[in-house]
Amino acid sequence: MTVVAINGVSKQFKGGTVALRDIDLEIEPGEFVSLIGPSGCGKSTLLRIVGDLIQPSEGRVTVNGKPARKAREDHDYGIVFQDAVLYDWRTVSKNIALPLELAGTPRQERQAKVEQMLELVELQGFGDHHPWQLSGGMQQRVSIARALSFDPALLLMDEPFGALDEMTRERLNMELLKIWAETGSTIVFVTHSISEAVFLSTRVAVMSARPGRISNVIPIDLPQPRGEATREDPHFFELVTDVREALHGSHEQVPS
Amino acid sequence: MSSAPVAVQPLPQGGVARMVGRRARDWIPAILVLVLTLGVWQGGVKAFHVKRFLLPAPSAIWTAFTNNQHALWREGWFTFQEALGGFAIGCGAAVLLAMVVARWRPLGNALMPYAIAANAVPIIAFAPITNAWFNPLTKSSKMAVAAVLCFFPVFVNVVRGLTSVKPQQLELMRSYAVGQLAVFRLVRIPTSLPFLFTSLKVASVLAMIGAIIGEYFGGSLDSLGANIKQDAALFQFEKAWAEILVACILGIGFYLAVALAERLATRWQPPGGFQSE
Repeated sequence: MTVVAINGVSKQFKGGTVALRDIDLEIEPGEFVSLIGPSGCGKSTLLRIVGDLIQPSEGRVTVNGKPARKAREDHDYGIVFQDAVLYDWRTVSKNIALPLELAGTPRQERQAKVEQMLELVELQGFGDHHPWQLSGGMQQRVSIARALSFDPALLLMDEPFGALDEMTRERLNMELLKIWAETGSTIVFVTHSISEAVFLSTRVAVMSARPGRISNVIPIDLPQPRGEATREDPHFFELVTDVREALHGSHEQVPS
Repeated sequence: MSSAPVAVQPLPQGGVARMVGRRARDWIPAILVLVLTLGVWQGGVKAFHVKRFLLPAPSAIWTAFTNNQHALWREGWFTFQEALGGFAIGCGAAVLLAMVVARWRPLGNALMPYAIAANAVPIIAFAPITNAWFNPLTKSSKMAVAAVLCFFPVFVNVVRGLTSVKPQQLELMRSYAVGQLAVFRLVRIPTSLPFLFTSLKVASVLAMIGAIIGEYFGGSLDSLGANIKQDAALFQFEKAWAEILVACILGIGFYLAVALAERLATRWQPPGGFQSE
């Protein structure tokens, strides 16, 4: 069953700005789809529409075959933002456990799950720390652990590594791929980094701005599992070039 | 990941004893300043024969303090009760109204400009009026001054705290599909705690000021303020200073109690709080 189905979605903000026009996209289970485009192309808006955090002006979105609202109420997805958005007054463990707490999961089950998540994001031993005691990269790993703690089928990520330095970003890219392989979840990933999109994704949806549209969808047929060798694969560079040209092509159509 | 992650900020190390020891060492300069000030004060008063109505020597104040201890603490307790009552009423009302205002924004938009304006005016000017509203000999007239003084800074700060939640923290809560009440409990109230305690510390000082100033405008002779005023008029300056000393001790004690409560309620903060947020 299709995990995310976006049909004819448009979004016009109050004041008349058309953020998105006629978006169609279907995402199958286990896919890793990146949304890439210039700033202002509405990629984050689209992600929020999928998560039912923003209402589309037209069109409809289904997640796991349900209307987006129902999917949100059923906790069908986890979300990670550019900032880790951790609650300062909660320890790392309690941040990770928050969605479980809200779902009424019993304490023992919660603790077991938190331990499992800390191991998944390689933060064993940091459960009792508070967020301010962690580096930016570690905070973002906590945020990912929190989004995965309740085993959602879908993970929405809004430029999760955008605020991190290049080395941390590449390391977390590797970790994310490992997590994706281990959990088998479906990921929708917003980024403005071409190489990041190509390295991570099974498909890259290239968006253009004003109004935001999907101009190309490029399948990334690099072999799995990916690793350091992938970044040196000639085909990786070809695909980076394809995505870059698609981005530039979409620019040219826009009078600026 | 090749290497184990390392925390940027270490957890506080060592036992309570070591912490107290370090604290004590941190206090040494401040204690030296106190001793030095008292020494210069005492020496200066003696050397220059300063008139006692200008400034009595610390030793004379201390003698007046020890000789009248029983009466002084009774007066102090009377005034402290007024301050405490006013603090509780003023801060309680402020927190309740702040929660209402944070929940229903249009109400806040209507009220906040006046609250901020009121926060900037010398509310102490109302002290003689509250004596007219209530019997000046009762504690309630002074509690009223203290309560009004405490109200505005707490109200303004708590509203700011409850509404300064980062938008993404609310988006995350929305993604969990939780109701307004849970958002209040899980996000807004914890976010507001540092703001609340900052204002409570201010209010603890204002409550003592309010109670004592209220007493200056007429109050029971069981109170500190009325006695300070009377003793100064009767040329009993040492006793007046001893009463001021009691007011200082109580005021500082009150402040420290609130500061301790803050430390206990917001243990999650780094020592010294978040500087840049």
